[in-house]
Amino acid sequence: MDLNYTDEERAFQDEVRRFMKDNVPADAAAKIAAGKSLGKADMDLWHSRLNDKGWLAGAWPKAFGGQEWSAVQKHIFEEETAFHNAPRIVPFGVGMLAPVLQAFGSKEQQDYYLPRILSGEDWWCQGYSEPGAGSDLASLKTRAVRDGDHFIVNGQKTWTTLGQYANKIFCLVRTDPAAKQQQGISFLLIDMDTPGIEVRPIILIDGVHEVNEVWFTDVKVPVENLVGEENKGWTYAKYLLTHERTGIAGVGFANAGLASLKRIARTELHHGRPLIEDPLFAARLARIEIDLMAMATTNLRVVAGADAGAAPGAESSMLKVKGSIIRQQINDLARRAVGPWAVPFVSEDMDETNLYHPGPDYAAKASNTYLNNRKISIYGGSNEVQRGIITKAILGL
Amino acid sequence: MDFNHTEERRMLADSLRRTLERGADWAKLAELGVLGALFTEDEGGFGGSGFDLAVIYEELGRAGCTLPVLEAGLAGGLLADCGQSDLVEQIIAGELRTTLAYAEPGLRYDLGPITTSVNSGAVSGRKTVVGGADTADLLVVSALQDGALGFHGVDPKGPGVTLHTTPSLDGGMVSEVTLDAAPATPYGGTQAQLEQRLAAATLAVCADALGTMDTAKAMTLDYLRTRTQFGVPIGKFQALQHRMADVAIEIEMARSAVINLAGNLHAEARERDRHASAAKNLVGRTAHLVAEEAIQMHGGIAMTEEYALAPISRRLIAAGHRFGDEDWHLERFIRLSA
Repeated sequence: MDLNYTDEERAFQDEVRRFMKDNVPADAAAKIAAGKSLGKADMDLWHSRLNDKGWLAGAWPKAFGGQEWSAVQKHIFEEETAFHNAPRIVPFGVGMLAPVLQAFGSKEQQDYYLPRILSGEDWWCQGYSEPGAGSDLASLKTRAVRDGDHFIVNGQKTWTTLGQYANKIFCLVRTDPAAKQQQGISFLLIDMDTPGIEVRPIILIDGVHEVNEVWFTDVKVPVENLVGEENKGWTYAKYLLTHERTGIAGVGFANAGLASLKRIARTELHHGRPLIEDPLFAARLARIEIDLMAMATTNLRVVAGADAGAAPGAESSMLKVKGSIIRQQINDLARRAVGPWAVPFVSEDMDETNLYHPGPDYAAKASNTYLNNRKISIYGGSNEVQRGIITKAILGL
Repeated sequence: MDFNHTEERRMLADSLRRTLERGADWAKLAELGVLGALFTEDEGGFGGSGFDLAVIYEELGRAGCTLPVLEAGLAGGLLADCGQSDLVEQIIAGELRTTLAYAEPGLRYDLGPITTSVNSGAVSGRKTVVGGADTADLLVVSALQDGALGFHGVDPKGPGVTLHTTPSLDGGMVSEVTLDAAPATPYGGTQAQLEQRLAAATLAVCADALGTMDTAKAMTLDYLRTRTQFGVPIGKFQALQHRMADVAIEIEMARSAVINLAGNLHAEARERDRHASAAKNLVGRTAHLVAEEAIQMHGGIAMTEEYALAPISRRLIAAGHRFGDEDWHLERFIRLSA
């Protein structure tokens, strides 16, 4: 047992810290610290700075121009990202599609798409969930019918995060309706400019336009945009879902959130004294911090296991469940901490008028962030689905 | 012992529910007698007991009504205490809209020490998170005059008054009110009267949350019965069934806490506030649980503004931030129980 990073890992951590200090755009960091949404330009700028350093593809294999970071290195990078309020790497191209293309794509697809992901030429979004296929993703109904050199796609995708910025979408589509659910699904790459595609915004409970519905009406997709084999899409989808799991616990975000919460609690007053001195509040805060300390180690145990070649299968479900709960508790306590300032509810995308929140800066988004992050126990396989996986795969019940 | 509401209260609740389902405005509420039921006969109304308030606010919560009835009751109650029967009459008739501006920034949920003060008939200071100020004809402002607390009438559209109004988490509107030598009419009043009326407002928020929880529960049950995944309605999964059962149990506990407070609203101050804090703490915990469980059991759809649960969950969370949160009331309960 050794709880410390190796010398190499510490050196990497130092390098990441130096880079973050010098390169994280101040305005993006300020937005993140205040809980505001980033614009496309903020994300593009950060991607390009990381790409110049070779770190946008840090997790990619060297064969594809990556750094082949270990799970611990990925963890360090994610932790520092959160600590420095750096934008998160938009995962859809770099972290989700790219590994699938690297494992299952054709040489042509790899040569064409991978560089465009790094350069920012392509912005990918994810076409997985459907209104009737959420937790039960394999019941998806979007149809792709082969017609000569094309597939004709009809259907609807939903929860398409940042789809409003995307020029490409990777989709799970049903190509064989007669086959057993998981066996008739294919993985298609679709140009968002293709006629017949319509993107409609979904406004979330905090008033923000973050996700979309994407509608397909007789959309013609060239057959060369099929990834791998027809009707094998579920295998690739599962690969994608299990691939990027080191960040699933969100320990970095939780640490950043806890630090910000402590700053609030030192500033807000309760009976004229700093809130952090109130025993009831201090107890709530301490319980979360104790959980987070154990979560950080639980996460590292899984990460270290992955590095040693163990498959981070069902363990990552544990990280997702507990990690999401801790992050949500931090957001919950931050909302409680701002007291009555949680009541004025101002949202960027909900109102045309230029409304500003009357409270201190740290209070402006406390309610919004709390509400928005209710999503993290729902998306990417809800906590109920994760518990089901734990029940079967770990407990054998 | 009788846990049934009187015939009159049941009738008022029923007609209020039907009216709210059709969509009600301020005049409609006045016509229905809702505003009159907030006041005792001595004050010119025909209600005013804890149970009158409980049935009304429960229905307002159930319907998600965003009209500032609570504000009218709170400010109107203090006007009644101050002997302003003409103004109370106008409130009951729906002709005068009023709200109480008492909270000040930096005090969190404490009532004082406030700094807003009156000099030569003009009031100066800042009041925070004032509900319904944007539509009010009259602000009732708490202020110090020669160190003594009193209430003062201020015209929200008059000189020296600036409102900064934003949407509120509970669906209404709230304002920051800046008073700069605003002309004020003195009404008198005491700290004890303020505390009595705030206990009634606490009951109002608790009952409102109770009605809101009933709606959230009904929507979630409906969803569990109709949403199909893995070939069955998701309500067939025992993991969700048991959580829904817990939600139902906790809501009944909240109902009892509201009854306890309603029955003790006019007890002596210490006992009254002990019950107010017990109810607010318990209802706060329950509202939080119900909001989060309703969202989680719905899944993604509950995250959207378009789905009707969004304002309901926000209203439940907002309840925790009005008239003291769980911890503020827990602390007070401990103090009052010692």
